[in-house]
Amino acid sequence: MGSKDIHEKTIAEIIFALNAREFSSLEITQHFLNRIKTLNSVYNCFITICEESALKQAKIADQKRMTGEFSDFCGVPIAHKDIFCTKDLRTTCGSKMLDNFIPPYDATVVEKFSFEGAVVLGKTNMDEFAMGSSNETSYFGAVKNPWDIKTVPGGSSGGSAAAIAAQITPGATGTDTGGSIRQPAALCGISGLKPTYGRVSRWGMIAFASSLDQAGPMAKTAEDCALMLKIMAGYDAKDSTSANIITPDYTEKISRSINGLKIGVPKEYFQDGLNFETEKSVLDALSQLEKQGAILVPISLPHSHLAVPAYYVIAPAEASSNLSRFDGVRYGHRCENPKDLNDMYTRSRAEGFGDEVKRRILVGTYCLSAGYYDAYYRKAQQARRLIKQDFVSAFNEVDVIIGPTCPNPAFEFGAKKNDPVEMYLEDIFTIATNLAGLPGMSIPCGLVDKKPVGIQIIGNYFREALILNVAHQYQTITDWHQNYPKDEKIESIRKMRLE
Amino acid sequence: MSINHKEIMKLAELARIQLNDETIKETTKSITDVLCLIDQLGAEKTNDIQPMAHPTDAFQCLRADEVTESDQRQTFQNLAPLAENGLYLVPKVID
Repeated sequence: MGSKDIHEKTIAEIIFALNAREFSSLEITQHFLNRIKTLNSVYNCFITICEESALKQAKIADQKRMTGEFSDFCGVPIAHKDIFCTKDLRTTCGSKMLDNFIPPYDATVVEKFSFEGAVVLGKTNMDEFAMGSSNETSYFGAVKNPWDIKTVPGGSSGGSAAAIAAQITPGATGTDTGGSIRQPAALCGISGLKPTYGRVSRWGMIAFASSLDQAGPMAKTAEDCALMLKIMAGYDAKDSTSANIITPDYTEKISRSINGLKIGVPKEYFQDGLNFETEKSVLDALSQLEKQGAILVPISLPHSHLAVPAYYVIAPAEASSNLSRFDGVRYGHRCENPKDLNDMYTRSRAEGFGDEVKRRILVGTYCLSAGYYDAYYRKAQQARRLIKQDFVSAFNEVDVIIGPTCPNPAFEFGAKKNDPVEMYLEDIFTIATNLAGLPGMSIPCGLVDKKPVGIQIIGNYFREALILNVAHQYQTITDWHQNYPKDEKIESIRKMRLE
Repeated sequence: MSINHKEIMKLAELARIQLNDETIKETTKSITDVLCLIDQLGAEKTNDIQPMAHPTDAFQCLRADEVTESDQRQTFQNLAPLAENGLYLVPKVID
């Protein structure tokens, strides 16, 4: 452990080093800020870097650690996706619409990390309003995948995922509406968990599709995700959809044996469209789990084919309603010299939103408009019930379900940008869990063409602890989670010097 | 399902988004593509299925009718593009 550079350490190792007084929080924070300064110009992971406040928070954390009254997370640096409101700190949601938005309050998730004494390095880049699977829709420019800067990092939490892969933050928050934590986690070779809907408060998280959105942790390992989820999870009276149930200690049972665990392997997740090499990596991962005593059970989720079409009714419908608040009156972008009120609304929204956001608002408006509501919105809600019932039936037979997170490894910039439907199909394996409200996690399970791919572990409602247990057990016998790309800029500088 | 120029203009009006002539063709095409994707739902028989609006079948939470927040009007109006004397300013609506 001692031989690792600070940025190579996991959160658990950073906590160990802080407890052992091997490093101070100030030293660790400065180290990550230095890396951000060097590498963010290459990867574009951060929209806002909080150097001054981070150093201040680190000093406070070090003082707290001197007094003997502190939590484990005190002094640990993290980053927040720029979808979480941060008091007095610009929060853009990746949009021109909120380019100058400085929230007067903290999201509950942000507040919880602050309470524990975590240090905020900055706000990470993302697809605009979390709508995208490649990070190409961000108003602040696309994030580049540290494994290959010609390829996308996934989205929408691509900034968080790439920042962890580039080792410029040890952990970050993300949000997942249709795969926005798990898909970038898979494409960047990190670990990311979407909890059960209601497990983490949505207060202060800028809404995309309210019945699907859920915040979760992103980090190098399942153990780190467990440490972060322990802080993030819990009932919040300010979010009426927050689940009022006990939050377990996610780290407590993470090392339990998985001997006898029944893993459902859905046949629908291994059909046409799945990259052959990705499939091979996923099957290898399943064999590894089998060697640890897990029992593989073939299952069927017969309505899986309805997930993508149902999602692209429900999510845009909810988005069209949620994003109606951006009207240029109370906050956000307002056009210059509007000639009347309607001109102000229509031009402010046309200028403030990017193409993908406009597309989804228009699709949502269509699905909710008179004459189409039953054919689309009601029909999609019925399909949603069928998808949920598939999972409920499956979980009568098995403990977890495992398949690929994404059909392919990271693709090149521009490859799918002009074909929204092709882009939407990248989330084909992740969307169903959002519709059902179930927890799911992606962890790295191999490299295809030198790019990471992931397995997705889906659990029953509120069984995040079991998912983390399975993920951790896999990571105790494999080292995919310890693979990180070389620093692009440092490498290119080195090459230049050699030349 | 395809969508025509008149329908896309109606949608843009309902959504309060101005579409310009340069992008309208592309927008119409991409929305038609998405509608073709979601049309796949039509093939599924769902007559007896109860629609599911929410993953946890949540109900509306109620709280006591008590004031719990302080007045933060000025704080919030600081975010507004244009506000004056405690009012949000917008273009004149009635002459």
